[in-house]
Amino acid sequence: MGLGIETRHRIARRAALEIKDGMTVNLGIGIPTLVADYIPKELHIMLHTENGILGMGGSPLEGEEDGNLSNAGGYPVTIQPGASYFDSATAFGIIRKGLLDVTILGALEVSERGDIANWIVPGKRVPGMGGAIDLAQKAKKVIILMNHTDKYGNPKIVKDCSLPLTVKEGAHMIITERAVFQCEKGKLVLKEIMNPYTINEVIETTGAAVVVDEKVSVFQ
Amino acid sequence: MAQVNKQISLESASQYFFDGMSLMVGGFGGVGAPPSLINLILDKNIQDIFLISNDTGFPWIGPGKLITEKRVKKLIASHIGSNPEAGEQMQEGTLDVEFVPQGTLAEKIRAGGMGLGGILVDVGLGTVVEANKEKVQVNHKEYMIETALTADVSIVYAKKADPYGNLIYDKSARNTNPLVATAGQITIAEVEEIVPIGSLNPEEIITPGVYVDYIIQSKGVDWKWVWELKQGTGSQEGQRSK
Repeated sequence: MGLGIETRHRIARRAALEIKDGMTVNLGIGIPTLVADYIPKELHIMLHTENGILGMGGSPLEGEEDGNLSNAGGYPVTIQPGASYFDSATAFGIIRKGLLDVTILGALEVSERGDIANWIVPGKRVPGMGGAIDLAQKAKKVIILMNHTDKYGNPKIVKDCSLPLTVKEGAHMIITERAVFQCEKGKLVLKEIMNPYTINEVIETTGAAVVVDEKVSVFQ
Repeated sequence: MAQVNKQISLESASQYFFDGMSLMVGGFGGVGAPPSLINLILDKNIQDIFLISNDTGFPWIGPGKLITEKRVKKLIASHIGSNPEAGEQMQEGTLDVEFVPQGTLAEKIRAGGMGLGGILVDVGLGTVVEANKEKVQVNHKEYMIETALTADVSIVYAKKADPYGNLIYDKSARNTNPLVATAGQITIAEVEEIVPIGSLNPEEIITPGVYVDYIIQSKGVDWKWVWELKQGTGSQEGQRSK
């Protein structure tokens, strides 16, 4: 991702504030996985995975891993009381029926209307969409965590996505190392800036029209 | 009633694999993929496989080995990102890849196993997934028609089987296996343990044995998981089991 570990954790910490008691949540691979560390222990959250677990827990201790109990990225996990295992059809039935309250995903580009591109760079990187289209189209709230700009400094939040879409108008919130935006009725609203960035710095490095919320705040 | 015993030796399972076959493989990132049957297909030099799988695992894990050894000509999968070999062969034009959103792929396989012609799905409307799909309006909503998938042979991995082929799975190694098990013209289950008939609780059987043609005893997973390699050496490169 090119972001320092501290920055990645700050983005994850901010994203965790969107998770409320009683929610069913799917966390993608990368920074989204870190969000689990910042969900307060007293909340009752059911973490869902595409490979067929509802009620996933944290990582096992070294030496206690089970090759047949992993997250969608293939890394060992544990389960919480009340967890269940099911096949892939059910795992995606849960998604498709709209039973996920929140999904947190990475992205390559997001447009000002909330279009998301996160599965293909034609001719360069063609990993496939995996479950990203199902998740981005069907979760009640879709939160994108990503770098504000690409490695060349170009904005990743753009007027129109240049890459093939994962979903049209799917993102509800975008959290980067510089800012927190909400996608509201086709408009990109700047809600928070991340310390030490300024509103102007955020606007200058965003490739889309930004509406600055009148109550814009600073996230430490 | 006479008892059915579907257990065969690994070696005699080889008669069901042939060049150009369509092959469905259970598993997710290689977790729950049948290691002994995959090795058998490699050992018997089966070529030009049309592979249907959730993903292509890793180059040395699960169905990824079939890609690495260049046995696959056409692939339907949702994801190949963890197997760079698949990406390279796709770019070279030697591997024909069709991507399907993961949930749609699972449901297409399930449809094949449940005797349906296809399913109605709206996942991917407004994206490239729409290309060449027939559409219908149902209750004023638009759906794509996604056709069912079946295969000449399905191979799956389960924790336990009885001689009739009733299967139960192991935690998140269940994933696509119960779906894949239903969708083969011939289904071969590789299992960790074969238990006497009547010893599996009927309430807990996930795949009814009628879907399973043959059972083989697994020799166990013979690859290292990515997280094991990271723990051991700090590297995840180049580890191959064969």
